[in-house]
Amino acid sequence: MVTIKELPREEYLLKGHAACAGCGPSIAIRLLFKALGNKVIMVVPACCTTVIQGPYPYTSVAVPLQNILFESTAAAASGIVAALRQRKMEDITVIGWAGDGGTVDIGIQALSGAAERETNFIYICYDNEAYGNTGMQRSGATPYGAWTTTTPSGKRERKKDMPFIMAAHRIPYVATACPSYPIDFVEKMRKARDIKGTKYIHILAPCPTGWRYDANKTVELGRLAVQTGLWALYEIEYGKFKLNSPSDRLVDKAKRKPVKEYLQLQGRFRNLTEEDINRIQQWVDEDWERYRKLTSNSLSDATLHGKI
Amino acid sequence: MAQMIIDTANHIAGYAAKAARVKVVAAYPITPQTTVVEKIADFVENGEMDAEYIRVESEHSAMVACIAAAAAGVRTFTATSAHGLALMHEALHWASGSRLPVVMAVVNRAMGAPWSIWSDFSDSLSQRDTGWIQFYCADNQEVFDTIIQAYKLCEDERVFLPAMVCLEGFILSHTYMPVKIPEQKEIDDFLPPYRCGWILDVNRPLSHANLVSPDWYMEFRYMIQEAMENAKQLIPKIDKDYGKRFGFEYGGLLEKYKCDDADLVLVTMGTMASDAKIAVDSLRKEGLKVGVARVRVFRPFPTEEIAKLAEQTKMLATIDRHISFGMEGFLSSEIKASLYNKKNRPLLTGFIAGLGGRDVTSETIKKIAKKSLKQMHAGKVEKETEWVDLRE
Ligand SMILES: Cc1ncc(C[n+]2csc(CCOP(=O)(O)OP(=O)(O)O)c2C)c(N)n1
Ligand code: SF4
Repeated sequence: MVTIKELPREEYLLKGHAACAGCGPSIAIRLLFKALGNKVIMVVPACCTTVIQGPYPYTSVAVPLQNILFESTAAAASGIVAALRQRKMEDITVIGWAGDGGTVDIGIQALSGAAERETNFIYICYDNEAYGNTGMQRSGATPYGAWTTTTPSGKRERKKDMPFIMAAHRIPYVATACPSYPIDFVEKMRKARDIKGTKYIHILAPCPTGWRYDANKTVELGRLAVQTGLWALYEIEYGKFKLNSPSDRLVDKAKRKPVKEYLQLQGRFRNLTEEDINRIQQWVDEDWERYRKLTSNSLSDATLHGKI
Repeated sequence: MAQMIIDTANHIAGYAAKAARVKVVAAYPITPQTTVVEKIADFVENGEMDAEYIRVESEHSAMVACIAAAAAGVRTFTATSAHGLALMHEALHWASGSRLPVVMAVVNRAMGAPWSIWSDFSDSLSQRDTGWIQFYCADNQEVFDTIIQAYKLCEDERVFLPAMVCLEGFILSHTYMPVKIPEQKEIDDFLPPYRCGWILDVNRPLSHANLVSPDWYMEFRYMIQEAMENAKQLIPKIDKDYGKRFGFEYGGLLEKYKCDDADLVLVTMGTMASDAKIAVDSLRKEGLKVGVARVRVFRPFPTEEIAKLAEQTKMLATIDRHISFGMEGFLSSEIKASLYNKKNRPLLTGFIAGLGGRDVTSETIKKIAKKSLKQMHAGKVEKETEWVDLRE
């Protein structure tokens, strides 16, 4: 296990970048580079990170970075991985870094294709649960009930379960993370680097601008998402599902905080009724029932890979 | 020793990619392009070609994978057609904007609806403004030679742009013709290892293609325009040099046939020029002074060559295998635009022919020529655009 003190001092996300104050995704980028260093090539589609880099001729990212079309992160990574193999430079880690829109909506085709081709790269979806770049429209990852500019009275559909969709591709590594838990985050990035094949990591990254909360509460909101069980930290390694600390103890319902504690801190959930909140609570409880089953089954042959 | 083979233009495109020592191929199948990428798959699997073959899930991804691989430092190739090319449209801009020398074979096919798998140029001509260099071939030998020439051109630091090498579906793609394939060493001498203007390098990190403010965007566009102008200068030189080494030369940007003393020149592209040559030979026997000019490179457009040609003839008749709805064929428009500021412009008339694979024979072209000559003698153009052999 790493400790915070052992993380490198070098910064590859430089000072003066253009993210909003309190931006969760920018904390995640910083941690990502701390975990993996600078022997990486990064692919970024249209998203908030396009802006975070800052405008030409400047950049706030001190690793080689290819900006690419919105729906194309995984296709671009495929090209880079192939080129590096031809050049015998396979020690460089290729990272696709895309928002939830660029992943679960418009980019899913390229990502699914790359995963099926067993492309050797890490794909990270940083999920701020809306289209931040274009001003907070709903995405397939926006949760039920959330205000966005295209769901002004709250989204009526549930969030797409992208990590399980990726697990169904039988890739060697799927994980969830959250920058509010930096050690867990860093360890997962490093583990992903050392596994060959397609690795998918879905991180929940709170966004004060879109979620409507005070910029100083980003880390706290990430923690609450985990503590309420709305966001479970887990890994699916070669099909085996495993809850990670601090989520593992939450199988016991009594240890989970009520989702209301998380929801009420955010302006985007202002319109939720009691009934909505109960419904969300029920869905969370159902999810945990599923996690519980997967956890106990994982010791037997009924791994995800076998079942799907 | 050079090798003579008899094969289809699609397979020949595969041979050219191999001869160019392409390192990454990313492709998605579409009729009539499929046999290009099947040939390459064979080459890669039997070890004749040391390349990565990415079997992507769409043409959009094929183009993006080529762009990214080119950025990561290797020579790339893909091929597509019609709807595949249209799906790539967004990425085509990204390739030229990134100044990456991706080369692609485009097997021309008509666009739907309704579905048509036969040839016309509406697919590639619709990509006119994407910043890609566009070659149009007239036979299988030219397909091979042009793909090699395209890499040489695109990887020149004065250009650094992508190029499409267009060939008509079925007419060339599935027709067997004899082709001379030079020895690998001779190709290597002509075409040095891959070069591009910038690269994704962990030792020299850069953010490529990040946001630019209005302070800079225009300069980037201007540089592409300059590169196109440079390509205009380089294409005839590369073609000549190639001709000296390998024996095949195509007139650079514009191929002329019996134009020197011609009163009427038929201007066209691709294989229609071959039928036009046959028509001209026959018309000459009747004592009619007709020539053919084949626009081999559509972008950059051979403006100066067209102007020079116009000085010495009385009439130009364009035959377009394409229509820009609400206007006319692109070739007609481009030729008019090339001549606007010239004195003593010849008469201009335009014909639309061969859409969706409709056969255009030398007899049809003779009819076009005679119609044009009548107008030339009358000193007046009857119609700006006439559709040929249209069903009533
Ligand atoms: C083909 C295409 N459609 C739409 C857009 C406009 N667009 C740019 S970024 C974006 C939303 C990005 O959202 P997400 O992927 O969630 O990342 P975030 O901005 O939240 O970081 C959209 C719709 C685009 N660039 N390309
Ligand atoms: S909108 Fe949200 S995700 Fe985007 S930069 Fe601002 S805080 Fe970060």
